[in-house]
Amino acid sequence: MNIIVCIKQVPSTSNVEVDPVTGVLKRDGTKGKLNPYDLFALEEAFSLKEQYGGKITAISMGPQQAEQALREAMHMGADAGVLVSDRRFAGADVLATSYTLSQCVRKLGNYDLIICGKQTTDGDTAQVGPEMAEFLNIPHASNVLSINLAAETTLSMQVNMDHSIYIQQLAMPCLITIDKDANTPRLPSYLRRKRLSGAPVVVWNMDDLPGRDAGHYGLSGSPTQVERIFPPQVNIDREFYTGSGEQLANTLYTLLQQKKMIR
Amino acid sequence: MAYIQINQQKVTRKIAEELMSICPFGAIFIDAGELRIDSSCKMCRRCLKADQYGVLSFVDDTPKVNIDKDSWRGIAVFAECTGDTIHPVTLELLGKAQQLAKTGDHPVFAVLIGWQTARASEELSFYGAQTVYVYDGKPVEHFDPQRYAACITDFIQKVKPSVLMIGATSLGRSLAPRIAARFRTGLTADCTGLELRENSDLVQTRPAFGGNIMAQIVTPRTRPQLCTVRYRVFDSAVRHEKPTARITDMPIPQGLENIGALVSEVIPKSKQLDISEAEVIVAVGRGIKDKAGLKLAETLAGKLGAQLACTRPMIENGWFDPRRQIGLSGRTVKPKLIITLGVSGAVQFTAGMNQSDYIVAINQDPNAAIFDTAHVGLAGDLYEILPALIQKLEKERLPLC
Repeated sequence: MNIIVCIKQVPSTSNVEVDPVTGVLKRDGTKGKLNPYDLFALEEAFSLKEQYGGKITAISMGPQQAEQALREAMHMGADAGVLVSDRRFAGADVLATSYTLSQCVRKLGNYDLIICGKQTTDGDTAQVGPEMAEFLNIPHASNVLSINLAAETTLSMQVNMDHSIYIQQLAMPCLITIDKDANTPRLPSYLRRKRLSGAPVVVWNMDDLPGRDAGHYGLSGSPTQVERIFPPQVNIDREFYTGSGEQLANTLYTLLQQKKMIR
Repeated sequence: MAYIQINQQKVTRKIAEELMSICPFGAIFIDAGELRIDSSCKMCRRCLKADQYGVLSFVDDTPKVNIDKDSWRGIAVFAECTGDTIHPVTLELLGKAQQLAKTGDHPVFAVLIGWQTARASEELSFYGAQTVYVYDGKPVEHFDPQRYAACITDFIQKVKPSVLMIGATSLGRSLAPRIAARFRTGLTADCTGLELRENSDLVQTRPAFGGNIMAQIVTPRTRPQLCTVRYRVFDSAVRHEKPTARITDMPIPQGLENIGALVSEVIPKSKQLDISEAEVIVAVGRGIKDKAGLKLAETLAGKLGAQLACTRPMIENGWFDPRRQIGLSGRTVKPKLIITLGVSGAVQFTAGMNQSDYIVAINQDPNAAIFDTAHVGLAGDLYEILPALIQKLEKERLPLC
């Protein structure tokens, strides 16, 4: 079973803030880490490979330093890593990102299954996987809990819905996003890291992808526009208290009484 | 192509450093003696606004395609149903849709997909929509993103609504992106604010970029405009005494049976932990440092008849069931009372609880962001406040709600 796993490097902290007075963005370094939800996607790929054989290719779209996330995936067990990176991808929204990744998949070809994490911790949209499936015209299921080969070209899976669990069959090739309850991710292997040190991550730019229309990438290919960014609304009618633990406990007790939360 | 062009001749060390410090994404840097921008650029254009030296210019040579926005009319709501049961987020979306529709006098539609939906569609017709479009048939008995997307595609092509709103449920989050990609249009997830402009552009607000930032997002060049909204963010539509909507049966698109996806069994989940329905919540964050602190939080929750909830770090360190997580990657809650203990107040968290009726925050740091969200802020040590409060609650021996 040939598997493509989509991963992303996300900021390691969420401390990007807007100064409420000056309106200037403050950032706390740009160090990146592998999106935590992608660990479950990678783990699912590794265990499928252990059962059924095949090859695992991790792909990512991002700046050059995202190579690090791909390398980490390879240290854990991915056979190859491909980074699609190009200045012309700047400003890509979900649609342009999904399109670009689907183009990367088309160029790779020869796949049975694409696995994505449930969502990223920076965008939190959970949209890129399903949009890729639509661009590739293949079936998908989101929030998959477990998966196995039901027939030569069919996967059977448990899909986590809000109030039920679906037992669903998807024809391959298909795309799934993995629920965080699906498995326990493994750690990167020191031995693999040592063996693979210096193993190349393939880097492609826009000219390497089959879709030639530059209008489908980056800001031009993005139907959504961020008009402005601003700090979250501040609640101005707030009450604020300081004091000893005893005093604050009394204050809270009285307020809860007034609000009839305790009688 | 759209990009930011750099006039290298005008760049000085000082200017370069200023522009580098302004970029929140670290996308501007010096490489081989030249100022460069890489693809971490989100095109927020802060650098363009700050640049007083003429170093940067925005170049967009993409051919402009202007669509006829007036030919797309109406605010449509995807009605999520399981059997006879309408998901309550549907009614909240209908409430918001009616507010939005006042600008530009748009009609409000609901689209219902399922099998044997007569009772659900009739009930839905009481909530202020003009038309309820129904795709009822055996092939769409269970949710499959491709089959449902085929029905919605048929609806969009025939009715041409300007906006389509979808609940950010498991189902909605799987379905909405397929539709957006099919129409190559914008989709904004988990909107916390929505407004409509006279030209029918939907102004969408959501937390963004993984930081403590809100973004205002529009979809100015394409239609329909798609967005998802969490359950318990907007107020529900009022049920009218008489039906407001005409129910229109739509034929199911051909060939759905050939789609390579089949649901063979639906296993209902046993009644389980659901913090989104809780009336009182005690939420803990990283300020709770040990099991003793956790015990205090549990005791307080017990005294108040509250559900215990938490932030993402508490899930990551394995202290809580993920179903107890509040925030963008967890649940949205709207209780009558929420007390946060040692929660810093990152926007990913507050977006999941800032609609609560009464928010009390306890945090040691008087500058914690959570105090901007809370109605009542208590800056103090929770390891002192909680024992005193619990003791008081015990001593008074009051019946608690």
